[in-house]
Amino acid sequence: MKKIFLIATPWILIICLWYLVAWYGLVSATLMPRPDQVGAKFIELMRDGRLGHDILVSTQRVFIGVVLGIVVAIPVGFLIGWYKSLRIFLDPLINFFRALPPIALIPLVIIYFGIDEPAKIIILFYASFFAGVIVMYEGVAQISPIYIKVAKTLGASDWEVFRKVIIPLTTPHILTAFRVALGVAWATLVASELVAAQHGLGALIQSAGSYFQMDVIYVGIISIGIMALFMDLLLRKIGAHLVRWQERVSA
Amino acid sequence: MSKPRIQFDSVSVSFDTDSGPLKVVDDFTLGINEGDFISVVGPSGCGKTTLMNLIAGFVAPTKGVVTLDGQKIEGPGRERGVIFQEYGVFPWLTVEQNILFGLQLKKSEINKSRYQEILDRYLKLMGLAEFAKSYPKVLSGGMRQRLAIARAYAVNPEFLLMDEPFGALDAQTRSSMQNLLLGTLLTEKKTVMLITHSVEEAVYLASKVVIVTARPTRIKEIIEIPFGFPRQESLKDDSEFNKLKARIRDSVMQEYDHQQKLLVQTV
Repeated sequence: MKKIFLIATPWILIICLWYLVAWYGLVSATLMPRPDQVGAKFIELMRDGRLGHDILVSTQRVFIGVVLGIVVAIPVGFLIGWYKSLRIFLDPLINFFRALPPIALIPLVIIYFGIDEPAKIIILFYASFFAGVIVMYEGVAQISPIYIKVAKTLGASDWEVFRKVIIPLTTPHILTAFRVALGVAWATLVASELVAAQHGLGALIQSAGSYFQMDVIYVGIISIGIMALFMDLLLRKIGAHLVRWQERVSA
Repeated sequence: MSKPRIQFDSVSVSFDTDSGPLKVVDDFTLGINEGDFISVVGPSGCGKTTLMNLIAGFVAPTKGVVTLDGQKIEGPGRERGVIFQEYGVFPWLTVEQNILFGLQLKKSEINKSRYQEILDRYLKLMGLAEFAKSYPKVLSGGMRQRLAIARAYAVNPEFLLMDEPFGALDAQTRSSMQNLLLGTLLTEKKTVMLITHSVEEAVYLASKVVIVTARPTRIKEIIEIPFGFPRQESLKDDSEFNKLKARIRDSVMQEYDHQQKLLVQTV
């Protein structure tokens, strides 16, 4: 009960603040709708199906992009983390590409791949891969060799060391890579939908912007936040179960 | 006299460093007999751990050979259990699963039907029964080390190699672990090599103390410990014990001073 209260408090405060700004007229009512107006718009858009469809389209894109990116980032990150010589050789390269904001690549991708689904998936793949690969290889590089030594003295074959020691030790890093990639992918997705898309939350915001539909813009922004929060929560729940053995600083 | 089970034959080890090769072990010859409990003492950072790694199969000699029953050691093996200072208990497995780890490997010839019996035996021996289903994160340092020992014992190795196994423990836990180890060795016959900084620990546990020189490691002295087994904590108050301890400590200190002088010269 106390926990629910703690979690709810900042949200309630934000809504109160929002109302205060509206009532005192700090921002003109045409520029900023009230929370209840945004809520009403949210329900209206949900009822006519447009919002649900946009959320679905965006979530699907993020999901496909992140899964593809992480599926490639796991083995690549693992190899770079494991083999030090490979790291020396590839580290500058990866950092170079990682430093390029995926958003900056959008015009290039549009020219090469057009504005259809593949273009968006490619951008998201790029964003997820580089975010994930760094987390993976830094995590794997920190794995203590002692566990492998112990397993070998107990008679483990190389395959058994991999299956019974390295996989469990890598799991937490895979989960972190997933979470980081998801965050980056959401940011990138909305940017790419803002530039070129007919559907999706970014497109919803963009078209609402050109028609000056402030309430719709707010609905779009809030939906993005809710979806990101929801996905992260889901991943954390799965993670907490998979790595329940991990030592944490007690809460 | 029977032939040594483990034999170091003029073993030298050098490691490549940025400033050229570094010789850590030099012309080391030592035989370890069945049932020996050998403690190795010497100045820190002198390459004692390398001696253990040679037997464990983690390091290969640059010159010379280390053999087990006449066969050159070429890698780790189940008959040589290793206990590390940093325990190395698997945090992702429960206490029970840690102990069973070695039994469940392909190389294990132990029948599944015996798992429960072996598990119960070592849980009890190491006082871990009530934590069987817990993850190691809830265990204290002493309990983690007991778990590491239980896990090593479960595959029934003939040799036990211990590198500063109790070094990270507080004084009380340390002496209780020493007595626990001595107690288990009465029923689990093993040939042991222990590397330690504590001269008292070396004398209290061992049948033979090997004093090694500052880097590179050579044998300085081998001292037979005349006390029989089982041993009691009160042995540590015995005047004979303390004379022996003082003699070994002086010998180690001499080497330590020698090493410091060498360091000053090179700086």
